Amino acid sequence: MRAQVLTTAFLFVVAVYILLPVWWMVVSATKSAADLFDTPGLWFGGDLHLAGNIDRVMSQDGGLYSRWLLNTLIYSGGGALGATLLAAMAGYALAKYPFRGRGVVFAIVMGAVLIPAPLITLPLYLLESRIGLLNTMWGVLLPCMVSPFGVYLARAYAEAAVPDTLLEAGRIDGAGELRIFFTVGIRLMAPALVTLFLFQFVAIWNNFFLPMMVLNDQALWPVTLGLVKWHGIRTGFLRDAVVTGALISIVPVILAFVSLQRFWKADLAAGSVKL
Amino acid sequence: MTGGASGGTSGRVTSRVTNRAALIFLLPFGALFVVFFVLPIGYAVNESLYKLKRSGLGFGTPERVFSGLANYAAVFRDDTFLTGVRRLLLFGIVQVPIMLGLALVLALLLDGHAARFKRFFRLVYFLPYAVPGVIAAIVWSFLYTPEISPFGLDLLDGGVVLWSIGNIVTWTWTGFNMLVIYSALRAIPKELCEAAAMDGASAWRIAWSIKVPMVRPSLILTGVFSIIGTLQLFNEPTVLSGVTTAVSKSYTPLMWSLQVALDNNDYALGSAIAIVLALLAGALSFLFLRLSAWLTRRGVM
Repeated sequence: MRAQVLTTAFLFVVAVYILLPVWWMVVSATKSAADLFDTPGLWFGGDLHLAGNIDRVMSQDGGLYSRWLLNTLIYSGGGALGATLLAAMAGYALAKYPFRGRGVVFAIVMGAVLIPAPLITLPLYLLESRIGLLNTMWGVLLPCMVSPFGVYLARAYAEAAVPDTLLEAGRIDGAGELRIFFTVGIRLMAPALVTLFLFQFVAIWNNFFLPMMVLNDQALWPVTLGLVKWHGIRTGFLRDAVVTGALISIVPVILAFVSLQRFWKADLAAGSVKL
Repeated sequence: MTGGASGGTSGRVTSRVTNRAALIFLLPFGALFVVFFVLPIGYAVNESLYKLKRSGLGFGTPERVFSGLANYAAVFRDDTFLTGVRRLLLFGIVQVPIMLGLALVLALLLDGHAARFKRFFRLVYFLPYAVPGVIAAIVWSFLYTPEISPFGLDLLDGGVVLWSIGNIVTWTWTGFNMLVIYSALRAIPKELCEAAAMDGASAWRIAWSIKVPMVRPSLILTGVFSIIGTLQLFNEPTVLSGVTTAVSKSYTPLMWSLQVALDNNDYALGSAIAIVLALLAGALSFLFLRLSAWLTRRGVM
């Protein structure tokens, strides 16, 4: 009994630590700029100023914020969709076709897994400046679609979830390889691919370095980059907008997390156990 | 279509079909991989082997001359780089064990029987994963600013700011690491722990002697992730550099590479730094894996 109380108390303390900044963000988003300084940080101020703050975020700089949200959706959603599809196809090929050079291809992919993406962002920037992709959406989207780790996971999924006999049956029925993949392969891999999509989504949503390098035009920025720029204004006159903007941007993602909870566990283990 | 072709030709046809299909499936990823992964690396390696030479008075277009490994030598001689690396080493030696230790303890507690509200706690701990590093850094930076902070402390002061960054990283990643370890714990056969309990082993003993050794692969995995993550520390200090002078634009080596390449227009040196960091990340991960294997053989872990 004592162990239960102590353990739960410890877990509770850690939970408080985790929730503290989130709580502060929620409380602060309801405060006016003056109340941010004058009222206790962890409790609500005199009057509820949330609507005013949201108004301010949305109208600041000619309504850039909503544009940033849309951009984030395009980069994270589109990039993750592309990355998942490309990884699924490549992983499927590596798992299901004993073609010549398969070992070499897989070795190259595994080597690439070990090179962290941020470390090649500067080289990527130099290359993109050469081929005219700087300051375009494609300059962010296309590199985000390259996920060697995704290929590695997709290969493991395909090996585990797609039986050769089903593919054979499809071939005997006269279906082409692409058709077999899109009707049989991708269906069987679907639960794992959802997980892959979610992780890729978060990875792109987290990636601040690449858009920071590639994008000059404010209208193309994702919300993270925009908030950092607002935040970095020395006078701090945008503080209330930054806090409220930060809160608005993470709410949809947190909701997606909670509602898609079951996709966040099992396959993560599959990836980690096998590495 | 009839599938009745004679054995020999059928085998060759299948292998040709297989090769073609594999090529089609690999092509989209392969093309982007070459353009956005292989080419940049090649470009950076090439770039790093040259130097811009300005003529005597610095007028006219500078000339690009082959300089071998001179840029690399310059990286290792530079105080900014050495200070940055020392800073990361200190950070890694302190922050990574704290974060992974906490992640392991939380995973063990959530896997054991003593805790209540486990689903709730698991969800809360994983929550920061949904918050991008820079947004976490923005929010924490407010909590660190004395005029706004509910703690009334100046946590942006030069003396403590490295640990303030460490706190942001710990806050963001502990839950993710916990989940990786937790998933591995769930995969341990229940009978193993039940048998040990039957033999009179305490919960502590079972955790230390059975569970921890069984999840070693996931501990190693999270360790490698954390080491690589430390070396590319960028987002959090970049955000803090916007609000405090205690964090310079060259606070970490990755930030410095950017400053060198963009502010000083020295792409060659910038590329050399990026490559050194990538090699360092690879070498450290490799060393860590070897060390774990060695400790395992010695029966320490």
